[in-house]
Amino acid sequence: MTAEQFVFVVAALITLGSAVGMVTSRSVFVGALWMIAVFGGVAALFILVGAGFLGIVQILIYIGAIAVLILFAIMLTPRVMGDPNAPRYNRQWPLVAVMTTGLAAVLTVLVLRTDWPLAQEGTPVITGFAVELGKGFMTTYILPFEVASVLLLVALIGAIVIAREE
Amino acid sequence: MPSVPLSWYLIVAALLFSIGAYGALSRRNAIGILMGIELMLNAVNINLVAFWRYVEVEGLAGQMFAIIAITVAAAEAAVALALILAIYRTRDTVNVEEIDLLKW
Amino acid sequence: MQALDRLFISIGRAFNSFLSQFLPPTAVTVIGMFLSAIIISTFAALVFMFLTWLERKFVGRMQDRIGPNRVGPFGLLQPIADAIKMFTKELITPEGAHKVAYNLAPILAVAPVMMFFAVIPFGRDMVAADLDVGVLYLVALSSATEVAILMAGWASRNKFALLGAMRAVAQMLSYEVPLVLILLALVLMAGSMQLTELVAAQGVPFALLQPVAFLIFIVAAAAELNRTPFDIPEAESELVAGYHTEYGGMKFGLFMMAEFIAAFGMACLVTTVFLGGWRPWIIPLPSWLWFLIKAFAVLFVFIWFRGTFPRLRIDQLQAFCWKFLVPVTLLNVIVTGVVVTFFPIVRDGQIVVQGAGGWAVTTVVYFATSVVFGLIIAWLYRRPTQQALRQIEVGRPAARGLSQEVQAA
Repeated sequence: MTAEQFVFVVAALITLGSAVGMVTSRSVFVGALWMIAVFGGVAALFILVGAGFLGIVQILIYIGAIAVLILFAIMLTPRVMGDPNAPRYNRQWPLVAVMTTGLAAVLTVLVLRTDWPLAQEGTPVITGFAVELGKGFMTTYILPFEVASVLLLVALIGAIVIAREE
Repeated sequence: MPSVPLSWYLIVAALLFSIGAYGALSRRNAIGILMGIELMLNAVNINLVAFWRYVEVEGLAGQMFAIIAITVAAAEAAVALALILAIYRTRDTVNVEEIDLLKW
Repeated sequence: MQALDRLFISIGRAFNSFLSQFLPPTAVTVIGMFLSAIIISTFAALVFMFLTWLERKFVGRMQDRIGPNRVGPFGLLQPIADAIKMFTKELITPEGAHKVAYNLAPILAVAPVMMFFAVIPFGRDMVAADLDVGVLYLVALSSATEVAILMAGWASRNKFALLGAMRAVAQMLSYEVPLVLILLALVLMAGSMQLTELVAAQGVPFALLQPVAFLIFIVAAAAELNRTPFDIPEAESELVAGYHTEYGGMKFGLFMMAEFIAAFGMACLVTTVFLGGWRPWIIPLPSWLWFLIKAFAVLFVFIWFRGTFPRLRIDQLQAFCWKFLVPVTLLNVIVTGVVVTFFPIVRDGQIVVQGAGGWAVTTVVYFATSVVFGLIIAWLYRRPTQQALRQIEVGRPAARGLSQEVQAA
């Protein structure tokens, strides 16, 4: 096993283990802490695969913004969160468990049986992503970029309007 | 080509997606559901980046769309949490089984 | 002079060649990485100890006191005495606290701020990891600290800790926005997010090219660090000690450490992006010495703030950020973008400003733009500023209400 494979296995185990911890934890707050570990593991996978820029963006946005927002929302709804005896799952959870296990099995088999059209050996890997991605967003991918920015603006205004106290 | 095969990444992403789906479909707490959805989006991002590295390495599309997916996830989290807070304020609950005013 | 400038690099080289006599090159690289990580974090811890002494001494002098003077010459050994006290205290985990999260939070608070120093160029060629997205890395780390604060506040099961944590994170989240927007303007000027490139582009320090942004950055940095006058999360008179109310002994010490090292890290960032980093000014001292002098000058300004200003109220703080800092810094990005288009400093990684004359023209253009921009902003905000000044003169509304009650009685 090479060093890269070892790092991958560790990162993948952290990611998946924390994900299981997240969906099974009794308290939502602890679940959110597990979720942060998942985000960290995914960031490590990004860095390992060669997308360092995306790994840092993952930490910045998922841990620094989304996770903090979720923790905040949990703290702002204390009466519900404070009850440790409230059941964490709804009635359909055994059915869901069977279905998602089946989904995981089907996807794994499909992944293993598909012959992926891999890139040629020795295709040059781009370096300096910050510059390349910036150029890409301003040229080829300007439409998705603009749509995403409009979406962000609308979501920002919408969130303020909805959460505002009268 | 890196020593980790592509299929490893895809399997991790598939498992993460399934776990996220389980969380989103089985939790009673609205914030728990949101967290499950975030996991599913993360799994998709792993796929996008892995395909970029192993299949389309000379292009940028994989990373571009991963960034856009992260943007959409941020927007989604902001709106969803605002909704949850608004519901909590009026109905005093974030349990999705009790939020059934629009249900037949 | 040359030898002194490259002192640490030569030591590192000598050590490396010594090790490679016995070990394979991979092992030497790994050991080198570990050693530089250890050296940088030890250095940060030493700076923390020195800073606690410096702050107490300076604030003491500003308040007409002497400050610590019992242990060692000028009280210099006071931090060591404090450390011994901290380490020998009993480690208590309060009943009802979530044990794992409670004990993990102090560690998670220190780790990101220690990682700060990996990308900071402390001197010519003295940088541990020269990331091409260094600025983004620093921003990501400073936002990762917030998770530890929320964890501490929630795990303590204490309403003061919870309130303090929520206030701290709300404040840090808000003030990150103007900080990032100012950094964005500087990145536009340098054409790179790599900190060494930012230093290389500063033939004239960016503080001179962007004086308004520099002032705003210092203020927003003080707020981001939860320092006076923005230390609302830890307002003793309102919240006991904020998110670390329930912490004692070395666990509390770790939070203190995170706070002080974050202050030093922020001073290093200000030095790197605004004050020309390790570039010597006039007097030819070693580059790393110049860096430290500048960083400690910035730290002195932070300590000076603490000795001078009273604390703000939480609503004033948020209003100041969202109604003033965010729009102003957003406009600053646009103005800088326009100026950069016509008077570029760096193009395609090459500095395009030629000679002293070129730098003089560039400096005048950028400085004038920034000052005009600042004056326009001051004019636009004249009414809120007057209101704020009047409020300070009259006293806070709560205090006024109290005095009316006293008169009525």
